Formats: sequence, structure tokens, C-alpha cells
Amino acid sequence: VVKLWYGVTSVMLAAYVVMDGFDLGAGAVHCLVARTNEERRQTLAAIGPFWDGNEVWLLASGGALFVAFPKVLAVGVSGFYFAIFLVLWTLILRGLAIEFRSHVNDALWRAAWDFIFSLASTLLAVFFGAALGNLIRGVPLDQNGWFALPLFTDFSGRNPVGILDWYTVLVGLFAWAALAAHGAVFLTWKTNGAVSARSHALGSRLYFVTAILWVAATLATIKVNPEIFQALTRRPLAWFCLLVAVLGVVQVFFGLARGAHLRAFVGSSCFLAAVLAATATCFFPTMLRATTDPALTVTAYAAASDPQGLRTALDWWVVGFPLAILYFVINFRLHRGKATAAAEGHGY
Amino acid sequence: MRDALLWHRLQFAFTVIYHYLFPNLTMGLALLIVVMKAMALKSGDERWNGVARFWIRIFGINFAVGVVTGIPMEFQFGTNWAGFSRYAGSVVGHTLAMEGLFAFFLESSFLSLLVWGERRLNPVGHFIAAVALFVGSWLSGYFIVATNAFMQHPTGYAIGADGSLRLADFWAFVLNRWALMEYAHNMLSSVVTAAFVVCAVGAYYLLRGRHSEAAGRFLSVGTTVGVIAAVLVVFPTGDRQAKLVARYQTPSLAAMEGRFESGPMAPIVLIGQPNVSARRLDNPIRIPGMLSFLAYGTFHSDVKGLLAFSPDTWPDNIELLYYSFHIMAGLGTIMMAIMVLAAILKWTGRLARSRWLLWVLMLAFPLPYIAVTAGWLTAELGRQPWVVYGLQRTADAASPSVHAGTALFTLIGFCGLYFVIGVLFLFMIGREIAHGPVEIVAEVARG
Repeated sequence: VVKLWYGVTSVMLAAYVVMDGFDLGAGAVHCLVARTNEERRQTLAAIGPFWDGNEVWLLASGGALFVAFPKVLAVGVSGFYFAIFLVLWTLILRGLAIEFRSHVNDALWRAAWDFIFSLASTLLAVFFGAALGNLIRGVPLDQNGWFALPLFTDFSGRNPVGILDWYTVLVGLFAWAALAAHGAVFLTWKTNGAVSARSHALGSRLYFVTAILWVAATLATIKVNPEIFQALTRRPLAWFCLLVAVLGVVQVFFGLARGAHLRAFVGSSCFLAAVLAATATCFFPTMLRATTDPALTVTAYAAASDPQGLRTALDWWVVGFPLAILYFVINFRLHRGKATAAAEGHGY
Repeated sequence: MRDALLWHRLQFAFTVIYHYLFPNLTMGLALLIVVMKAMALKSGDERWNGVARFWIRIFGINFAVGVVTGIPMEFQFGTNWAGFSRYAGSVVGHTLAMEGLFAFFLESSFLSLLVWGERRLNPVGHFIAAVALFVGSWLSGYFIVATNAFMQHPTGYAIGADGSLRLADFWAFVLNRWALMEYAHNMLSSVVTAAFVVCAVGAYYLLRGRHSEAAGRFLSVGTTVGVIAAVLVVFPTGDRQAKLVARYQTPSLAAMEGRFESGPMAPIVLIGQPNVSARRLDNPIRIPGMLSFLAYGTFHSDVKGLLAFSPDTWPDNIELLYYSFHIMAGLGTIMMAIMVLAAILKWTGRLARSRWLLWVLMLAFPLPYIAVTAGWLTAELGRQPWVVYGLQRTADAASPSVHAGTALFTLIGFCGLYFVIGVLFLFMIGREIAHGPVEIVAEVARG
């Protein structure tokens, strides 16, 4: 049941990255692919009905972590204190940018929110990548099982480690490229006209960058956390995930080349989900890797709630999860078709 | 560590009070919007849709600020209160995770359809979107109140092998009697808030002689729902809630009333200043016996004073707790009086001509916000010095790895950010009210 909850938490986190990833990515390329007010309202209309629901996957993943692995939540979230608040403040500004921008018909007001929206989306993509990098590299757990990470130390990736070092920044850049590319592919599919054409061009270029950075980040991981690759040899599921990831990238290029934009978007989603799934599979059962002393590493088994509580949580989770999927299906169905800017005074 | 605790508490108090200003309105307003949309469906009168449309725009702005200021709340359990999360996470994690799964997904998926989707949906579909927001936000309220109720009066738990809590009885935890009463009291106060806000805007338009037709509808929905909620929030829910405090948090009741000595015929205090170092209440005006009666049902019941308890179980801010409780109770009584009067005049058709009462209604909208904030301060200060009543002390709940300099840095950051959000929010709400409901109706008809 511990393994199951590790899986549930990973699936929800992957859902967050795929879902919020497309609106974060759309934000990161917003100012590049949409130049006029009308075009910018078009990209906002494409993500407006979805961004809030997408972001709930982050809260729901946090909730899954809370109920299943409270000790990881307590130690991990307090240890990343600064990074968490930077993410939260950026999320706040970005949400307001989407919701407030088109309320006021004023060029300065809108330019300011466009800038905040793009910058916040870009920074969040980098932050989330860096967070993943930190988990893979490990954190300086002390004898009592706690840690506090400074934002940066000497960027070497060796003790004393900081949140930002060469490795985590590299993963952050990979995340930025991957999410921006994912967002561009989404906009190619969901919009039409100039926005779709520019997203198409930018998306295929960004996917080249993503593929290169993916290889670079993977090679760097061998240096930072060799255990992950030792696990790879024993876990067929990880091999399957890597295969899906490669096929996903191929689908993106084929889909974009042949004008099958939905296929490209599905390929891009598979790529992101599969990369995360492969990482989670190889990482298990570690949840917080200690850079200080391997004996201090926190595993899923050590951090989990009691089995009875986990089974109770599973009872309501199997009811709630399909409901959440149902709401997404309804929302996507009702907003099917190409997104267009609504009349002034209405919509995003 | 001790001084970091102060900043943790201030940051959480500030961010949660600020956050709750928004859901406090939107939960109640969601109910009023459902009522307005139901009136439109039932009567076929397009003007009800115009009224609903105006309030949906106000709702949308409030909801957006509520969403973004709500995200930090969930994370602060981990960042600032890691000791609590580690100790009680296996229990309270259930309600917090269920809130995301059952409430947030529902709300967030239908929000855009409610605010911008009227032309995408048929009238019944749009009504369903309003109901979805109502159900989602009220479910969300329940999960949070149930979490808080566990901290006030823990039920359904067991102590695990490592000393932390684990869930023993799911239903005893979720259907905690404290949660049921606290929920009823809290949701009614949210409805009171929405009713006062709707009435205030209606009164403002009538006094200015603008949008009079819509304003009449605001006032009729606002006073009808408002009078019911304003009475129920005091009795039975407020009364029952106080009885639970008397029974399970006896030192808190004593502190709320500034009562140090024990004994029968305990008076209720209308006004006075607690003087904790001298162990007495200065300049008191009292009604004898009322506290005994309200807390335990007879005038001769013994109500324990603080001196009957060890000082290390006293709430640590008795003065603020005392004032919070009295402000909540006093404003609750005043609001009930205003609403009863307004409803009687509305039903007899005289409200639109009673300019003095319209002035009162227009200016009264801050009162429910103040009362609700004071009510939550009463609940949370009354729970001290415990984070989980009787089980874990607040001093043991903070994150051991976060020092005062870090905590104060983020508190200052929140102050700055939330000040800017407050200014933007007021600007946008001001625009909507200045714009009014009529022109929006015209625009939609054109589009």
C-alpha cells in the first residue's frame, strides 16, 4: 500500500506537470507568439478556462503527500522554505495576471500584466525543474532528520549544497525548454491564425533544445546521483517509460510536420509524463536523499502513514479521482475548438 | 526558536485572515447567485439574469483573489508548521487532501463556465455551473472546518508507535460534533456577509437614484436570505458553539469573558477591560447569571474562572481573545437587529423610502467582515496554548529548521504583496460597482 501511494503521488504530480505545464509553457512563450492585444487575448482564451483546474493538481499532489507521507511533507517543505515562498508568490502574481489583465481596457495595464504573466510563467518552469534537480541530487539531512537549504552556496553541487547549483540550474533550464515547448505545441493546436503559426515554428525549435538539454541533464544525473542508473538496470517499468518518452518526442516532430497538432500535443504530454515516471520509478523507495550520510536518507516506507490510514485514504481517493477526471472532460468538451478572443469586456 | 514562533504565528494569522476575507464573501455569494439564477429560471424574467450577471462578475474577482491567496495556506502547514504536520499529518492530511480532490477540482473546472460561459451554455447549464460553484465552495469550507475542528476538539485519532497521531476512526474524525456546529455557524456567517454586501450595493444605488430596478432586487434577495442567516448565526448555532467551548475548552470560556473567580450566577460581561496581571476585569458592566444560563442552562451553574486552572493551560493572549469574542458577539447582535428591521420594511414595501435605513445598510457592509474575523480570532486564540487541543502545544508545532530571520523575511514579503493585491482588488471592485448592472445587460444583449 506504501508503493501504491508512492505511485498515486507520482501520478498526480505528473498530471500537474502535464496539465499546468501547458499553461505555464503558453505563458513562457506568450509575448513571443502573440504580438497584438487581440492575439494575446487569444492565448489567454486558450488557457483561461483551464489554468485554475490545472493548478489544483499541485494542491492535490501536496494533499496526497500530506496524507500518505506526512514526514516527507514536514521535512521537505520546511527545508525548501525560501524556494517554496518564491514559487507561491510567483503563482499568486501569475494567477492575478491571467484573471485581471483583460478586465481593464487600457494598454499600460495590459502590458504590465502581460509582462508579469510571461516572466512568472518562465520563472515557475525553471523553479519546478530546479526542485526536481534538488530531489535527485539530495538534501543535507541532519542527525535529527531535518534540513534547511540555502538558496545558493558555491554552485558546485557538493556539500554544503544550495537550492541552486550547476546541476539544479541545468535541470531548471531543461524544464523551462520542455514546458515552453509543451505550451507552444498546445497553442499550435488550440489557436489558429498567426498565433498558431508562430507557436508551430517556435515549438519545433524549442523541442530540439529540449531534446539536447534532456540528454545533457541525463548525463549530468549520472555524475550527481549514480544510484538512479543502477536502479535502471533492475526496473523494466523505467525502460518502458523511456521508450514512451522517446516515442513522444517522435510524435511531436511528426505531428508538427504533418499538421496533426493534437497528435503533437499528446506526444508532448506523453514525453513529460514518461520522463517523470521513469525518474520516480528509478528513485523509489527514496523520497529525500541525504547528501550528508546515506544512512539518513528518508524512504517511502519510513515516511508513510500507518497502513490502515493509507487504505482509508485510498477508499475516498478512488471516488474522488474519477470525479476530477470527469470535470476535466466536461470542461475540455465545453471549450472544444479553436480559442478566439472574446468581445471586449468579456473573457480572458 | 522561541522568537521564530512569534513570526510563524503572525505570518499564518495575517495570511489566513487576509485570505478568508474573500472566501467569506464568495461562499455566501455563491448561494445568493444560485437563488438569483433559480428566480430567473422559474420566472423567466431576464432581469434576474442581469442581476445575477452583475454579482457573478463581483464573485469572479473575489474568487480569483481567494484562489491565489489560498494557495500559500496549504503549503504553510509544511513550511511553517512542520512540527504539526509531522505529528498530525496522518489525520488532518485526509481532510486537506479531500478538499483538493472533491472541492477544488469542482470549483476550478466550473468557475470559468460560470463567469464567462453564459453564452456557451443554455440557461439550465449556466444554473448548473452556479450550483457547482456553490457545492464546491461549501464542500471546501467543510473540509477546512473539519480540519480546524480536529485541532479544537480532536476525535477519531489514536497515538501511533512513534508518538505521532494516526487515524483510528474516519467517520468520528470527519463527522466531529465540533465540526458540524462550527460549520453551520461559519457558513451562516458567510451568508450574512454576502447578504450585507448585496444590500449595501443595492442601498447605494437607491440612494444615488441609479439602477433602481436592479437595486430593488438586490435588496429583496439580500434581506430575505440575510434575515434568516443573521438570526440562525446567533441562535442556535452561535449559542451551541459557545456551549461546546464551555464543555471542552473551559479555560477558554473563562478567558473570553475575562473571568478569574469561579462560582454560580456567573454574569455575562457587556463591556470592561481585562486586567490580567491584577486578575480582574476593570470597569465591568454585567448581566448577572446570564453566563451560567447560556453556558450550562441554569442560573446556578458553576462557571469556572481562570484561577481554577493551571496558568500553563491559559490561552496566551487573554486580552485579545476577550475583545475578539465581545466584538463578534456585539456585532452579531447589531447585524441581526439591522437585518430584521430591513426585512420588515422590505416586506411591507417601505424600505426604498426609508433613506436612513438605506444609509445604515450601505455603510454596514464592513461589520460582517469584522465580526467573522473576530470570531475566527476567538476560535484560534481560544485554542491556545495548544495547536491540537490537549495533545500538542503550539510551541512544538513550528518548523525546527526555520529561524526567525527567515520567517520574518517571508512575513514582510507577504505584507508588501498583499498590500498591492488589496489596492488592485479595491480598484477593480470599485470599477464594477461604478459600472453597475444595467450596462452589462445591454452589452450582453448586443453581443
